Amino acid sequence: MANPILSVENLVVEYGDPKRSFRVLHEVSLDVGVGECVGVVGESGSGKSTLGKAILGLAPVRHGRIFFEGEDITHARGAARRRLASSIQVVFQDPYGSLDPMMNVGDILSEPLEAAGQSRRMARSAVAEMIERVRLPASAIDRYPSEFSGGQRQRLAIARALVRRPKLIVCDEPVSALDLTTQAAVIDLFIELQRDIGVSYLFVSHDLGVVRRICHRVAVMQRGEIVEFGEGEQVTRAPAHPYSARLLLASPVANPQAQARRRAAWLALREADRVLPAGQ
Amino acid sequence: MSSLSVMSDLAPSAPRRRSILSRFLSAPAGVVSLSVVIAVIAIAVFAPWLAPHDPNFVDLASAKVPPSAEHWLGGDATGRDMLSRLIWGARTTLLGALVTIITALIIGAPAGIAAGYFGGFFDRLSSWVSDALQAVPGMIILLVVAAGTRSNFVLIMATVGAFLAPGYFRIARSTTLAIRNEPFIDAARVAGLTHPRIILRHILPGIGAPIIIQTALATGIAMGIQAGLQFLGIGAASVPAWGAMMNEGFRHMLSTPLLLLWPSAVLGITIAALAVAGSTLADVVRIRTDAPSARSSGQVTNAAPADVVTGSFAYAPEAAAVRVDNLRVRYAAGDGAVEVVHGISFDIAPGEVLGIVGESGSGKSQTVFSILDLLPTGGSSSVDGMWIGGQAVHTMSPRERAGMLGTEIGYIPQEPMSNLDPSYTIGFQLTQPLRTVHKKSRAEADAIARAVLNRVGIVDIDRVMKSYPHQISGGMAQRVLIAGAIAGRPSVLVADEPTTALDVTVQAEVLELLRELQAELGMALVLVTHNFGVVADICDRVIVMRDGAIVEASAVETVFAAPEQNYTRELIAASLDDTKGRRELDAVHAAQTAATA
Repeated sequence: MANPILSVENLVVEYGDPKRSFRVLHEVSLDVGVGECVGVVGESGSGKSTLGKAILGLAPVRHGRIFFEGEDITHARGAARRRLASSIQVVFQDPYGSLDPMMNVGDILSEPLEAAGQSRRMARSAVAEMIERVRLPASAIDRYPSEFSGGQRQRLAIARALVRRPKLIVCDEPVSALDLTTQAAVIDLFIELQRDIGVSYLFVSHDLGVVRRICHRVAVMQRGEIVEFGEGEQVTRAPAHPYSARLLLASPVANPQAQARRRAAWLALREADRVLPAGQ
Repeated sequence: MSSLSVMSDLAPSAPRRRSILSRFLSAPAGVVSLSVVIAVIAIAVFAPWLAPHDPNFVDLASAKVPPSAEHWLGGDATGRDMLSRLIWGARTTLLGALVTIITALIIGAPAGIAAGYFGGFFDRLSSWVSDALQAVPGMIILLVVAAGTRSNFVLIMATVGAFLAPGYFRIARSTTLAIRNEPFIDAARVAGLTHPRIILRHILPGIGAPIIIQTALATGIAMGIQAGLQFLGIGAASVPAWGAMMNEGFRHMLSTPLLLLWPSAVLGITIAALAVAGSTLADVVRIRTDAPSARSSGQVTNAAPADVVTGSFAYAPEAAAVRVDNLRVRYAAGDGAVEVVHGISFDIAPGEVLGIVGESGSGKSQTVFSILDLLPTGGSSSVDGMWIGGQAVHTMSPRERAGMLGTEIGYIPQEPMSNLDPSYTIGFQLTQPLRTVHKKSRAEADAIARAVLNRVGIVDIDRVMKSYPHQISGGMAQRVLIAGAIAGRPSVLVADEPTTALDVTVQAEVLELLRELQAELGMALVLVTHNFGVVADICDRVIVMRDGAIVEASAVETVFAAPEQNYTRELIAASLDDTKGRRELDAVHAAQTAATA
């Protein structure tokens, strides 16, 4: 990548005291280009969400560095971190917990703008435009989060992430709590917005199908390490690392014949693992 | 696939939740207790105008007189008007309580918010101070303060406040901690909000209610302590106060019991009203913070005509492992009931795997809960007929039906962890039903439990039997639940999204296990899922549900190769297991834009 917008180098994240620390990320390196979507897939405990949190300044980085547009933001705190808010945003997994239930949509969406010093009137018009962009009716602005479905809430969370026109959005499992058809529609919205605005995504997910659809490049994480990082097409269809292959073969495919073949391959791989437990 | 968009308009102005205040006032206990509290406050504020006499005017002729037109509540031991003294006493009592509450609030709440929000060293230090403060013998300190300040009333009550501060500290800290962990706080931080702004806009609104509840209770405590101190003779003698009046009444208790009764009754009623107001408010707030359950959001009100039944039967009644005829499920909602399953019929053969697929709100989980007779509170089901293992369960009593669970029907839930009791070992939870339901001896139950654990692929059986649920992984927990479900050798196994909470590699293992067990034991398996990959993997036949009705029921090959309904096709297309890659999509998009340009 010639000029990555984000680059992560040998990142180590540890929780707990220095004496009894628990290492969640081991020397993770990855980069995201301008207008690119990079996926991070893995199972629970793989550290994929922690990677997103570290970039947002929400996880304790022990070693390694994070560059955003060439600037070292690894330990940006306070005012420096708040300045980054105009460039780096987030969409979380939980469409129910990520919107303050006590505030209406207009207040939720204009909050980032008012925090940046914009007038209320300016903020309101930007919010109205963004609500239209994520294809919600204009009347949404006076309503409360509890009046929206999961998919609609996730659109609101996307609108909130976009109001400050960021260059990078960290998406932490943004569609995994949604129904299938809603999930597909929200992914298409992500793609459409990326084409229109040129924003970059770091897209964290446990679902290989989801990352295949939306991500240009994909990293596979296992126990805090990136075991494979390459073109989305290749990683999700013909993975090189044994763990990525296990992940792919374990995901059932919505086609009985294809699934029968995949299951046979999975069983064969499982059998091989039993004979040669070194595959772990 | 965006054709099936989520852009159905917003629900037509859902009935807005009433404010906390209006719900508080609609509870009888709320109205009564709040009226009493307001009355006491009003009496205290308007004491100079309300009191018929000077509370300190001594008229020895009225000493200990019984209630009369002149002295409504009689006179005290030195002939002062009881009613006037009670009215002025309310002022003293409330003023003292106010000093206490303000002190406690100022010390406790900000420290609690800061400790909960920032954590770290300040949290440890302030929690230690708070704990230490609670260990100090308060009454002794109060007596020391009283002696050292010549019974300075304000200082004494402020000291009481310092001792009540840990209550505020703890409640502010725990509430802040809970809100602090909500994703919207992280979102606010990422949005660039400063800490004071986050506390002001997101934390404080959530803390208000618990603080008010705490205040109602603390005010009562402050009044009680105050009266206690005055009863001991601590506090200014010149101002009328309830505690001091009780002290005087106590000395004349045998000759004139009314002297003790009046101040005691007033104090008791006030404290009781505060306590009731606090607990009523707590109830009201708790209802509000209940998260909207997936179930309630699934309550679609577009009730189908009552006589329409969807679905059909594939087998003769006597050949079916389960047969459900015209099942309807209703939930009590506000005024009336909402029907969430609108008359469906289906059956399943012994040894068959039936998938029930649909999106949230389709009624698929309600359907299996009805088969199990395990509908949540507020739900009720009706059928024209239901047969399980050839037995007509619609004619059975609830007790007989409960008896079928674990013997005729096994159940595997969605959340393995929340379906194991954290306070008992796995071994106990597996053997207990065998002993109570199947009347096995301890040794027999133990042997069966070990055999099924072995069968579900658990290697270290001794350790797992002795483990508590939190000591095993989610995949292991699901294996344990499967072991429990098959231990009674049921003819039908019902699984509600059994792999949704699991990682994909664990899901593959669990599905493989279910397939093996189903084949080995010849059970019928009803599998509820939203995942067409799971359906393709394991099911023989599929029922597709939408909005409480069956839209399609076919063999699995037919559903995937040639679905009858457009909806089924869209659902399958929305599964991204075999989607185009992003570069491919981008290329298509670029070609399209080039063509239109």
